[in-house]
Amino acid sequence: MASIPTTAIEIAAAVRSGELSAREVLESHLDAIAAREPEINAFNLVLADEARAAATTIDERVAAGEDPGVLAGVPLALKDNLCTHGIPTTCSSRILEGWRPPYDATVVQRVAAAGAIAIGKTNLDEFAMGSSTENSAFGPTRNPRDISRVPGGSSGGSAAAVAAGFAPISLGSDTGGSIRQPAALCGVVGVKPTYGMVSRYGLVAFASSLDQIGPFSTTVADSALLLEAIAGHDPRDSTSIDSAAPSLLDVLDQGVAGLRIGLVTELMGEGIAPDVAARVRQAAEALAAAGAEIGEVSIPALSYGLSAYYLIAPAEASSNLARYDGVRYGMRVDAATTAEMNAKTRTAGFGEEVKRRIMLGTYALSAGYYDAYYGKALKVRTLIVRDFETAYKDFDLLLTPTSPTTAFRFGEKTSDPLSMYLNDICTIPTNLAGHPAMSVPFGAGSDGMPVGVQLMAPALCEPTMFRAAAVLEHAAPPLEEAFQ
Amino acid sequence: MSAQLTRDDVAKVALLARLELTDDELDTYTGQLAAVIDHAADVAALDLADIPPTAHPLPLVNVLRDDVIRPGADRDEVLSQAPSVEDRRFRVPAILGEEP
Repeated sequence: MASIPTTAIEIAAAVRSGELSAREVLESHLDAIAAREPEINAFNLVLADEARAAATTIDERVAAGEDPGVLAGVPLALKDNLCTHGIPTTCSSRILEGWRPPYDATVVQRVAAAGAIAIGKTNLDEFAMGSSTENSAFGPTRNPRDISRVPGGSSGGSAAAVAAGFAPISLGSDTGGSIRQPAALCGVVGVKPTYGMVSRYGLVAFASSLDQIGPFSTTVADSALLLEAIAGHDPRDSTSIDSAAPSLLDVLDQGVAGLRIGLVTELMGEGIAPDVAARVRQAAEALAAAGAEIGEVSIPALSYGLSAYYLIAPAEASSNLARYDGVRYGMRVDAATTAEMNAKTRTAGFGEEVKRRIMLGTYALSAGYYDAYYGKALKVRTLIVRDFETAYKDFDLLLTPTSPTTAFRFGEKTSDPLSMYLNDICTIPTNLAGHPAMSVPFGAGSDGMPVGVQLMAPALCEPTMFRAAAVLEHAAPPLEEAFQ
Repeated sequence: MSAQLTRDDVAKVALLARLELTDDELDTYTGQLAAVIDHAADVAALDLADIPPTAHPLPLVNVLRDDVIRPGADRDEVLSQAPSVEDRRFRVPAILGEEP
């Protein structure tokens, strides 16, 4: 048997040409899962039978002379908050255990239409609330590069699945960094597109004004390929931007000569580990060596980002999660009255962090506090958008760390929610602004764990962002060498 | 900054959120929520009278579509996922003080 390539682009080319069968590609990934999944726990569910059937169909289509699409035969892992028709979708919560959605998410339809093979549903912090995947009702996912450490979160399963070689690409969702932070901690590429670029139809809602779906991959080109496949207007999501998917693969080799790239002062100092900050400066030097003009820019309103986020996101979550009431789907704990049944069901079904955020959000929206907290947070969001607009007058892209530290150990931050929330300090601002951002692996920290650097861009400027990402990918120090 | 978050505030919020918290949980959440609310004090203290709110980051308003009849979800499939069903409808316990 020919050796199986590691990237989606190579796999799809080999399957489309008939050089490899989708079935043998799949079996090789199922073997990898069998070998390491027991220690990693990236998946809530491995779809071995469904994937084998889908791979066989792809092979039959190739044999019949058809082209199954740009992701032909590529195994793909789906975060378990993406609805899959007839296949359990849990959000890693007891309250949805066993629920089989009556429809597919738009992204699930689109990747299938492009020939991808859904290989499993990946673990997450319950309802995507968390930064370590420790909040899953089904046990934590472990970082494939060191199983004593977290993979990040909330899309920790999707990041770990790609880092462990279970699938070359996966999909996650990013509300405050839930794609980029686990990508950084696991040493893979992760992209949060512009708000509205990818349909959220069928994504279980967390914070609707922030949520966005995006890709994970081992290479920048594979994320470009997957984002092209899932982007584009969808009438079933009213926030969907009415434009075609961007062309990304075509611009990857255009380089950064002449681009102005800014290091963000507020995200390079206090709270950022020195080895992480040093890697970001090294990344800036690499971009300069490739012809970019590097400067430094201050975005003062960023200092309010975390506070605003932890008012807005829980407020929207408390509203979105009101639907889990034991009536229409998921778990029910019986009681004499409906009100008691609602409360007993929610009390038994939600985990601690979800309850904490529902409480926080309900408080921020309650009478007497709405103006002081939620109302103010929405205005702070305007300040952040304006400060970004000012920065983007002088710069095409911004460069920051993705996460303040490399992957931490299990239990290190679970007792202090605020220290866990501080993980998101570099990623939250782009969600509040609705802008795109991505994490690119850039060497290791002093502990030998991966460091991710974050590129941020104005709305709809993904092509420029991917050009810089490709340059960083080529310049990245080897992951095997710890920072000295 | 408004008054310190109290245990009674947390109990009231739990009732609104339809969550039953134990005494221990009430104590834990009171401390943890107070820490997050304190962190948000910088936001609460800002004078933002002239700043408009941003609820949606991109200016998409009045998204309309043609009013065309389309098939909805399959009723039996939807009901198959419900905890309790009667006469092809969702079934719940007593409401509004009726006898169960």
